[in-house]
Amino acid sequence: MAVAGQDDDVSRSCGAGLLSRIDYLHPMTLLACPSCDMLHDVPDLPQGRRAYCLRCNHMLVSGRHTSLDRTLATGFAIAILIVFALFFPFLSIEELGFSNTTTLLGVAAAFLDGWLIPLTLAVTASIVAIPLIRVALLIYALFPIWRGRPPAPHAARAFRWSEALRPWSMAEIFVLGAAVALVKVADLATIGFGPAFWAFCAAVFIIAFERQITDAASIWSMLDNEP
Amino acid sequence: MNVLTAREAGLVSCHRCELVHDQGVARCRRCHAHLSSRKPYSLQRVWAWLIAGIVAYIPANLYPMLVTRQLGTTHEDTIVGGVIVLADTGAYGIAGIVFFASVVVPLSKFGVIALLAWSVTRPNSLSQHSRLHLHEVIEFVGRWSMIDVFVVALLTALVQLGAAASVHPGPAAVCFALSVVFTMLSAQAFDPRLIWDRPDTSPKET
Repeated sequence: MAVAGQDDDVSRSCGAGLLSRIDYLHPMTLLACPSCDMLHDVPDLPQGRRAYCLRCNHMLVSGRHTSLDRTLATGFAIAILIVFALFFPFLSIEELGFSNTTTLLGVAAAFLDGWLIPLTLAVTASIVAIPLIRVALLIYALFPIWRGRPPAPHAARAFRWSEALRPWSMAEIFVLGAAVALVKVADLATIGFGPAFWAFCAAVFIIAFERQITDAASIWSMLDNEP
Repeated sequence: MNVLTAREAGLVSCHRCELVHDQGVARCRRCHAHLSSRKPYSLQRVWAWLIAGIVAYIPANLYPMLVTRQLGTTHEDTIVGGVIVLADTGAYGIAGIVFFASVVVPLSKFGVIALLAWSVTRPNSLSQHSRLHLHEVIEFVGRWSMIDVFVVALLTALVQLGAAASVHPGPAAVCFALSVVFTMLSAQAFDPRLIWDRPDTSPKET
């Protein structure tokens, strides 16, 4: 029987004798590659070691271990920054004696004009509501564990939704859109940046950081003890 | 390589949390998601969302995206028209980003999803690894098309200067947003496991 290799990328196929191979020295987890469905017996790897699927090279084990301190800290930081950004001026504009200031909610309300209303919902959801809901679900699922208590009811469900909403949280795309919009109006008028703009940019960076430090598999194993 | 898949072993891996169960279990023991060995009706849903996305993309390009009123004159810009205006003012980098996100990405995404869904049922058409790369690319890149919708939202909210200048969204904004959402749903409906379910008989690279 093959022993886990010495290099950083370890994985092994379980082949046919699936159930007969129980290695008491190296407890193993049975994993099916989410990309190609190939079964692997993955040994408990030391932190920092990754495992890839033998057939399609999809990463099976990220080698990261989620630190609850850091993940929860980023979660609270994101929530505070986005809520802060809601209530302060986002951008302001001045030209020929006319001036206008917009907030983040003003941006979302830009389509409150007849049949464009669904777009208001979509924009509100993708830049404010979904990022906040994601963070709230994450904190709900992880905070009791961090306190050393058993997971909250439906904690695993909450974390599943938090992960499923990830592609629909588009704060970072919005910031790039803001950059494009600013270039478009830069010649036309004078632009001022409000505190909400910087808070939102900071939130985007922290969201990207949260993604880097959070390993779904290790959170799943923490939630496994749910009653 | 001797490959045993979860399905061949009588097992099902949860699509959400990857916990492995016996086949026949309805919901994941850990995260309570519905279990299925392959996403149900994957290809049908891929094609349906894809066609919806293409249909919505047509009016998104024909109608104006942005209506600008400046000192009494009204100017309407379509997606491509907006890119040309940007390029004319010398902002080539920004024009490039908008053109890439609003034209290149959606069009190539339609093509790639169609190619992927078509080739999965035809084992000889493309190698499994190139299909896998295609799938990774469309999953990553699709959301970024939303950028133009956000640009319109920001400009509309910001540029409200009475008679001097005001910006309003055009009907294309809704169509374009719908097109992006539909193609995202199409890409999510695709089950990458289908790529591997038929034996690879395409010519091997050496």
